[in-house]
Amino acid sequence: SCHDGLPIGLQHNNIDDYVEAEPVFEASKYGSLWPLPQKVQISEVSFKLTSSSFRIVDAKASSAGPSCSLLQSAYRRYYEYMFGSAKKQWWSKNNRRSDPSDLSELQVWITSPDSECDGYPSVTSDESCEYLPFLVHVMFYGLETFSQLVFEDEYGAKSINAAIINDFPRFQHRGILLDSSRHFLPIKVILANLETMAMNKFNVFHWHIVDDQSFPYLSRTFPQLSEQGAYHPYTHVYTPADVKMVIEFARLRGIRVIPEFDTPGHTQSWGKGQKDLLTPCYSGSKPSGSFGPVNPILNTTYDFMAQFFTEISTVFPDGYVHLGGDEVDFTCWKSNPDIQKFMEQQHFGDDYRKLESFYIQKLLDIVTSTKKGYLIWQEVFDNGVKLKPDTVVHVWIGGGSDKEMSSVTAAGYTTILSAPWYLDYISYGQDWQKYYKVEPLNFEGTDEQKKLVIGGEACLWGEYVDATNLTPRLWPRASAVAERLWSAKDVTDIGDAFNRLSLHRCRMVERGIPAEPLFSSYCPHEYKGV
Amino acid sequence: MSVVTSGRYTFPSYNLVFFIFLQLGLHSVEGVWPLPQSITSSPERYPLNPQAFYFTYGSQSAAQEGCSVLDEAFKRYFSLIFPDYSSGYGFLRFSVDKPFTVQVSVGRDDCDSYPDEDSSEQYTLSVSAGQASLKAETVWGALRGLETFSQLVYQEDFGSYYVNKTEIKDFPRFQFRGILLDTSRHYLPVQAILKTLDAMAFSKFNVFHWHIVDDPSFPYQSRTFPDLSAKGAFHPMTHIYTQSDVGRVISFARMRGIRVLPEFDSPGHTQSWGKGKNSVKLPTSSQSDLLTPCYSGSSPSGTFGPVNPILPSTYKFMATLFKEVSSVFPDSYIHLGGDEVNFSCWKSNPDVRAFMLKMGFGADFTKLEAYYMENIVNITVALNRTSIVWQDVFDYHERIPKDTVLHIWKGLPASYAAELSAITKAGYRVLLAAPWYINHISYGQDWRNYYTVQPLNFSGTEEQKKLVIGGEVCMWGEYVDATNLTPRLWPRASAAAERLWSDEKQTSDVDKAFPRLQDFRCELLRRGIQAEPLFVGHCKHEYQGV
Repeated sequence: SCHDGLPIGLQHNNIDDYVEAEPVFEASKYGSLWPLPQKVQISEVSFKLTSSSFRIVDAKASSAGPSCSLLQSAYRRYYEYMFGSAKKQWWSKNNRRSDPSDLSELQVWITSPDSECDGYPSVTSDESCEYLPFLVHVMFYGLETFSQLVFEDEYGAKSINAAIINDFPRFQHRGILLDSSRHFLPIKVILANLETMAMNKFNVFHWHIVDDQSFPYLSRTFPQLSEQGAYHPYTHVYTPADVKMVIEFARLRGIRVIPEFDTPGHTQSWGKGQKDLLTPCYSGSKPSGSFGPVNPILNTTYDFMAQFFTEISTVFPDGYVHLGGDEVDFTCWKSNPDIQKFMEQQHFGDDYRKLESFYIQKLLDIVTSTKKGYLIWQEVFDNGVKLKPDTVVHVWIGGGSDKEMSSVTAAGYTTILSAPWYLDYISYGQDWQKYYKVEPLNFEGTDEQKKLVIGGEACLWGEYVDATNLTPRLWPRASAVAERLWSAKDVTDIGDAFNRLSLHRCRMVERGIPAEPLFSSYCPHEYKGV
Repeated sequence: MSVVTSGRYTFPSYNLVFFIFLQLGLHSVEGVWPLPQSITSSPERYPLNPQAFYFTYGSQSAAQEGCSVLDEAFKRYFSLIFPDYSSGYGFLRFSVDKPFTVQVSVGRDDCDSYPDEDSSEQYTLSVSAGQASLKAETVWGALRGLETFSQLVYQEDFGSYYVNKTEIKDFPRFQFRGILLDTSRHYLPVQAILKTLDAMAFSKFNVFHWHIVDDPSFPYQSRTFPDLSAKGAFHPMTHIYTQSDVGRVISFARMRGIRVLPEFDSPGHTQSWGKGKNSVKLPTSSQSDLLTPCYSGSSPSGTFGPVNPILPSTYKFMATLFKEVSSVFPDSYIHLGGDEVNFSCWKSNPDVRAFMLKMGFGADFTKLEAYYMENIVNITVALNRTSIVWQDVFDYHERIPKDTVLHIWKGLPASYAAELSAITKAGYRVLLAAPWYINHISYGQDWRNYYTVQPLNFSGTEEQKKLVIGGEVCMWGEYVDATNLTPRLWPRASAAAERLWSDEKQTSDVDKAFPRLQDFRCELLRRGIQAEPLFVGHCKHEYQGV
């Protein structure tokens, strides 16, 4: 348990000769910690950190050693966050010797026998230190917390107060959705946001990779999908190497990548490269030339989906795939005489939701056969599709989402919440407070039902967002969601949150992330990337 | 109907043909933003080769080689027109293309001057085989013409550049087309300001209204009163504009035909001034006590209100400060603010109340404010500068010098139209900002609101309408700093740019403007300006930063 062991070991030379730190920010007693750890005790005792002597090392008893490249690269990353890159350090290197009050070492102790260095974070990965085994990617959160305790005095010296922190996330699924279909997002932008997600302890990148507008995913099995369906077949696609890079970059930061291939609606771009996949719409007795959702009545549709999702199951290592299933417009299906005939044969009457369910059920069987679990948008549940017990229902429709959470969990399904966190909707002022005040378990239901809420996602849909404005629009607004999903339920003091979040946003800026301001103010190191 | 199962990545040749066709079909040669007053173009087009492309001065031109503004502009626009061109490339390739020359002629040699309120920006541009002829009265007009020419050039998929045969006669509808940046609520690094000036030139904006100080911070480093920024800036070293920073901004703006209009807003919005003027004991009493001490009951509360209008030292200080400002900023206008003065502190102060009695102001504190503003305006008049003040000053006080410009910032269309009527009826010149508070954001295509503004749609005579000198896009800084300024400003401000430059009848259809603005936004990206998207879609060259 955590009572006798710190996830972070502080080692210093001589505790009796400590030097009182310069008071830097007194705004919050928790300094700039974000999201707030579950248990924090910060003492007045402080130590100096000198870039020339400070090291992050594996503890002797740790199950992870120098061969754990995942940790080694994290050590370097956090060292650079704390001290800047090596070339900035010539001054301190040449002029400052370590003295007895220095903190010289951060020992990282992985207590689990299996350090998971080469694995992927998964839904079962334990991020808490309440239980053993204690897994490797958890350490990122510990490293992040440690780096947040470090502060700079007026002379630029780095210090840290002695602290004891026991930490674990309140919710296991803490996600960000990015939409790379309405606008193509260059890989660099995705990586920068994974980096920022780690600073905020998000652990799921929900990649809404394709949609009506474009199909940038370059499929090995069906390359014509992006050849015809992307905005441009070379400059606006994600190659297999790109996708791999995103997944590895995310893995190194303890982030899962869940791809979404939304069907049967939201598929206009699929139709460009895959003939007969979409339903031909009719105007009167003739095809109108336009197309609707995926055609659910053809066997070829399911042959295609089986091959396609087999590829997806090998490309994306996560145990889950998001299958969409939202906003299916029935008008095209209604107009098509073949579909009408099929409806009769199947005794669906006029209820096109039954046809939708028919499609989704076949799709879920296909995906199940690839050994993946799935997430689906709430409509699929609402329409009464038969779901596997471990299905995650994604609640997104604003207004009545509490009721939806009630009924989804009453039916025994796990669920994640996005409805209050559509960050693409912008307004003037401090809307982060609105996101912060959400209480995900504020719905009617038993304790058992509440346990089925495994987390939430902040969604940044892409109609008005691309590489030019994505990062400042997402951060630090998404940070508000991060704290809600990580910290204890009673962490609701908006004033304290403002003080910590202001500092946290300046830290993101200092780390090169253009996180926008909360209000009139300044950061010691303003954004330099103009 | 069979599922394609090929695992090979193939690229059928018909695709290639299709793409060429698409690109040729899509190109629009009238993609100039803001739309020129008169433009005719034909499908006849001429290839441009960077190896054989020249800017020259016409033989009759008053300005010749050595004209700093145009020499620099030639260099700048060459790179904007040929973004992929690198100088090493030319030696490897022998060119057979005929040369193309852009010949620039101006009527006056104003190369070393600053653009001002009367500067002509009109130009004519005629593009024909092998040459373009650009004629303008002033170098500032020539700059606008060069911008237009650069937007006429397009690149095809194979990399070749073309320009179509075109005739343009162009001039701005309004003489004052401004952007306000607020460097007090957040400090904007000089680099962010320069980037904005660059982008302003692309949309033919010509005034940078620098709201340089306000309540939260005082980043302007004054020669005469260095304590103002030493105490009033967010940080006395890293968050200030030194004299050389200011000089750099002014000269960078001049090169782009942009005036720099500084605003030192008083008597309200001055909390940061007080830090350098009230909190420190300075050698002479005339250097402290700038702000009014507020009272709680019969004793000072320790807080301060607006500038103290009853002390002669206040006006001495202001005269000295504005003397410096007028020597640092060459523009003939100075913005004096005068908005949103809160009277509660003045009311609480017994000395202020005694002064009110003595002056016969009764309990009307607007009279006190008017008294203060009149004194400040007279200071700038004595410095031979035109004052701009926010509309508040007109609203409470109609006796201000006739050449003062009123700046409308309040309200919805109905109320700003009434204000336009009233101010112009009183014979003052007026500048409209109310519909272009671009710091207010909302979901969706709000640029349409900025585009459909009708600045002259108020009741008034022709003479009154002539008093509307232009408009201004305001980017107040509560929620804006270097991290989000550029995508929040562009291309939304460009919508206002077209309203202020182009003919309203030709540009009344917002749906017609949409594809042109989308093209222009992609061109901004190509030029390295991080302009946000208008809606779903893509640009050939996406933004490459993060």
